[in-house]
Amino acid sequence: MNLALSDEQVFLREAARGALSRFKTLEAAREALDGNASALPDLWPTAREAGWPGLLIDEAHGGAGLDAFDAMLVLGECGRVLAGIPLLGHLPATAVLSDAPSAAELMADLATGERRAAYLPAQPPSELDERWSADPASGLKRPPLPTAGAPGEDGRVPVTGSFAFVPDAPGADTLVGVALSDGRPVGIAILADAPGVTIEPVSRYDATRSLGHVALTDAPAVVLDAPEASLAAAWYLAQALIAAESLGSVETALDVSVAYAKERFTFGRAIGSYQAIKHALTEVLRQLENGRSLLYHAGWARTGAPNEFALAASAARSVGGRALDEAARTMISVHGGIGATWEHDAPLYFRRAQLSRRLLGGTGQATDRVAGELIAQAA
Amino acid sequence: MDLDDTPEQAAYRAQVRSWLDEHKAEAPILAGPGAIEDEDEIVAARRAWQGKLAEGGLAGVTWPKEYGGQGLGPIEQVICNQEISRAKVPGILDAIGVGMLGPTIIAHGSEEQKSRYLGAMLHGDEVWCQLFSEPAAGSDLAAVQTRARQQDDGSWRLTGQKVWTTNAQFASYGLLLARTDADVPKHKGLTMFVVPIDAEGVTVRGLRQISGEAEFNEVFFDDVALDEGAVVGGVGNGWGTGLTTLMFERVTIGLGSEGMGYNSTRFAGAIAADAHARRDPEVRHRLGEIASELLAVRFTGYRTLTALQKGQIPGPEAGLAKVTIVKGAINAGDLIADVLGPDALSEDSEWAYMISFLPGLKSAGGTEEILKNTVGERVLGLPPEPRLDKGIPFSELRSKEGAAV
Repeated sequence: MNLALSDEQVFLREAARGALSRFKTLEAAREALDGNASALPDLWPTAREAGWPGLLIDEAHGGAGLDAFDAMLVLGECGRVLAGIPLLGHLPATAVLSDAPSAAELMADLATGERRAAYLPAQPPSELDERWSADPASGLKRPPLPTAGAPGEDGRVPVTGSFAFVPDAPGADTLVGVALSDGRPVGIAILADAPGVTIEPVSRYDATRSLGHVALTDAPAVVLDAPEASLAAAWYLAQALIAAESLGSVETALDVSVAYAKERFTFGRAIGSYQAIKHALTEVLRQLENGRSLLYHAGWARTGAPNEFALAASAARSVGGRALDEAARTMISVHGGIGATWEHDAPLYFRRAQLSRRLLGGTGQATDRVAGELIAQAA
Repeated sequence: MDLDDTPEQAAYRAQVRSWLDEHKAEAPILAGPGAIEDEDEIVAARRAWQGKLAEGGLAGVTWPKEYGGQGLGPIEQVICNQEISRAKVPGILDAIGVGMLGPTIIAHGSEEQKSRYLGAMLHGDEVWCQLFSEPAAGSDLAAVQTRARQQDDGSWRLTGQKVWTTNAQFASYGLLLARTDADVPKHKGLTMFVVPIDAEGVTVRGLRQISGEAEFNEVFFDDVALDEGAVVGGVGNGWGTGLTTLMFERVTIGLGSEGMGYNSTRFAGAIAADAHARRDPEVRHRLGEIASELLAVRFTGYRTLTALQKGQIPGPEAGLAKVTIVKGAINAGDLIADVLGPDALSEDSEWAYMISFLPGLKSAGGTEEILKNTVGERVLGLPPEPRLDKGIPFSELRSKEGAAV
């Protein structure tokens, strides 16, 4: 039993913090909201230099051979400063490809970041609903996954269907996900520039988040020989990563709020001495600590206890999403009116919270999945 | 990062498990068919069982060997707890004595006190209770008014009242925080005593709560005589001695939180049993929110354990886990009662008992408000609330309070 970070993990986190501190990510986020998208720094070279694209790819294929928890540490650092690095899309994609022996030759370029992949989110069945589903473009009804037809002469299968709000799809070289072939889920990899593929960049509310609507019309896909469990694990890995990223944002929101509560005085006292403020900030800390504990669970479970990974990652997502919501709102209210102004950083964290909780199935789906996993266990 | 046992830990687990396999038939049955009903018989049987656990090395796991313990670490304590729970047998009766008061005596007591009390405590021959809180001293514990006055021959006379005292109705001894000097600021005039509960002038009265059961007691002291050797940790050092007890209380809560039975698996089981509820989106959403936070507490416990293994003392943030447990259990009680309807509130329902117990638990071991103050100040570093009692002798403070009302 040991939940401490190793020296290497501490180094990984500190190095990430140092590398990201060289960029004015928050200023860029605000400028981008004002219409100047080019203000956002290209952080992919920084990620490549640090070896993040290959975090989950084994060393034999040019990666770092690390596990989910290490990736979560890096995502946490990105979340702290709202850095838009396309790892949320890239890392789950590389996890699926790593489990497909036939994809071995792609791995070296993906590990160095020479090429970039994006994961097409596909929610695995639950104990209530045996269908795989994609995120809807609008509304509550979750559409079925795209379907794969019979293989052509080159062995590729034509895939038709769509995925909405795919993280980091714009600019990706390879799209990796799940399609239904004769009703069964199969892993697929599609080149982004292949015929029949369109990626429409979309931006919603938080300019640091790159998203795309992906439409496939008889797009030629390589069928991956990754096991079904690996396809499901990619969804849960994405849940764990966005949870880690959210909790990183909570850390900053809390730090900034606590600092302000110490220096802002009313009626001759620092406002942080009032219970109303102190308890609100302690509540954020409580949710942050709960989220951190669940990140440990998820980080360990992916390889240490794969049958717990769905529960662990969903719980982390549920708590992490709610924590960021609470932290961002508390950050605004602790700062008073100034916290709701354009020039302040609080609105940037609020925007991040609002969009994040609705991506990748949303925190609501994750919360439902926690219940479903436990109900299935109890049966 | 690893959640699996090391080879040494696995060997220890196997050893505990094999002892339990061999002896579990001797454990008292407390629930289900064949359960003991009479309160006195339950206590007698649980004391005897604690004695067996102590002989087998399953009580006082972290106590030093010289006092009858195993001299092992917190991780072995947790493994032992897990195996006892897995064997579905009761744990020790006197968790407060062995978990908190014994370690306080080990840290601050005289050699005479250690040899007199610790062995009998560990084996359940003498059960202990914690006599700290009072009707007017809970969150502000240093405001205790129970007064001990030293006599010319060095002995003491004790008068006052304690409350929220678990196990006092069958305890042999209590560890009591009393005021011995009212003319100094309140934290400085306190002293810790060992008090025999059968001494003349001690009255124990059950304190019934919402459920109708008396989980706690009030204990009254009317000019109780204590000899000079009853002082633990020195006259005037009661606050420091008491902080040791509270630190062990945090460790006990941090490591044993799931033992309270407020866990996601149990609550999910109640929902899963209802074919309609388990498919209802609102019920599932409420369950998911409750369960994910309760699940976190298990891993917060492992984080606490990791800190303990590295020789660090768990900080006040461990108290946040208690806030989460109580909040989660209250919400779970509401959800389950919404699903089951009024039957959840029937006399013999496990949920009725839980629903009745939780509002009080919110204030037990430090109210939620005081916990949040402590965490806000000690962990987040927020400035304290202005205090009106700093540096003022206790007697003066009391008369000021009296004048203000």
